[in-house]
Amino acid sequence: MSFVDWALVVHVLSAFAYVAGLVVFWVLIVAVRRTDTPAETMRMEPIVKVGGAATGIGAVGTIVVGIYLAFAVDGYAMWDGWIIAAIVLWAVSGALGQRTGAAYQQGMDKAKELDAAGKTGPDEGLLALNRTQTGLILHSLTSLAVLLILLDMIFKPGA
Amino acid sequence: MTAVIATVRPHAWDFPLFVHVLGAMILVGGLLAGAACLWLARGDARFLRIGYRSLLVVALPGWILMRVGAEWIASKEGWTHKGVPTPRWLDIGFLIADIGGLILLISLIVGGVGVRRLRSGQGATLLRTTLALSVVLLAAYVVAVWAMAGKPT
Repeated sequence: MSFVDWALVVHVLSAFAYVAGLVVFWVLIVAVRRTDTPAETMRMEPIVKVGGAATGIGAVGTIVVGIYLAFAVDGYAMWDGWIIAAIVLWAVSGALGQRTGAAYQQGMDKAKELDAAGKTGPDEGLLALNRTQTGLILHSLTSLAVLLILLDMIFKPGA
Repeated sequence: MTAVIATVRPHAWDFPLFVHVLGAMILVGGLLAGAACLWLARGDARFLRIGYRSLLVVALPGWILMRVGAEWIASKEGWTHKGVPTPRWLDIGFLIADIGGLILLISLIVGGVGVRRLRSGQGATLLRTTLALSVVLLAAYVVAVWAMAGKPT
C-alpha cells in the first residue's frame, strides 16, 4: 500500500470516528430526556467525553487528510465543486455541533449546581434543560450535514 | 505529486455503496456508544441497559444495513458471479462482517440475559462479557475499514 492509500484509510477511519461520535451523542440525547436528577445527569459526563473525543478526532482527521488527498490524488482538485461542498458542510457541521454541545451543557451545569447545593432529588428545571428542543434540533441539523457530506463523498457530483 | 489516479466508479454503484457505508458507520457508532455506556456504567443498572440497547437498537440495524449494502455493491461490481475470483480485501471484509455479525448476535444474547438478571441485582458479569465482545468487534471493524478503504493486494 502506498502512502496515499494509507492516507485514504486514515481519512475513512476519521469519518467513521466522526459519525460514531454523533451516534454516541444521539444515544445520550435520548437517555437524558428521561433524566431529572443531578447524579444521573452528571453520570453521563464521561460518556459525553467519549463522544467528544470521537467527533474531535474524526473532524480533524477528515479535514486534514481530506485536504492532503485533494492535492495528492491526480484527478482531484481543491476547487472541485464536490470537494468545496464537503469542506463547507464540514464547517457547518462543526459549528452546529459546538452549539449543540453548549445547549446540552446547560443541563450539566445545572446538575452540578444542584448537587453542590445538596439537592439530590428530581428537579423539573433540570429535566426541562435536559430536554432542550434547541439542542435536539441542532443535533438533528448536525447529523443532516454529516449525512450530506457522506452523500457528497460517495456520489461526487460533477466529478 | 503521487501518481495515484482518481477513479470514478459508475454512478449505478453509488447508492448501494452509500447504503453499505452508512450501515457500517451506524454499526460502529452503536458499538462505540454501547461499549462506552457499559464500560462507564460502573454497575449502574440504568446505564448498563442504555449500553445494551445501543447495541440492540443501533448496532444491530447498522450491521443489517451494512451487510445488505455489501451484498448489493458486490453484486453490482460483479464479484458475486460464479467463477469470478474475489480480491483479498473483499474476502477480509466479508469474513469480518460475517464473523462480526455472529459475535454481535452472541453479545446481544449474553447481554439480554444479563439485562434480565439486573432486576435481581445480578447480570453485571454477563454485561461485562458483552462489553468485551463489543470492544473486540470495534477492533475487528477497524481492520475491515482498513481493508475496504486501502484495498491491500
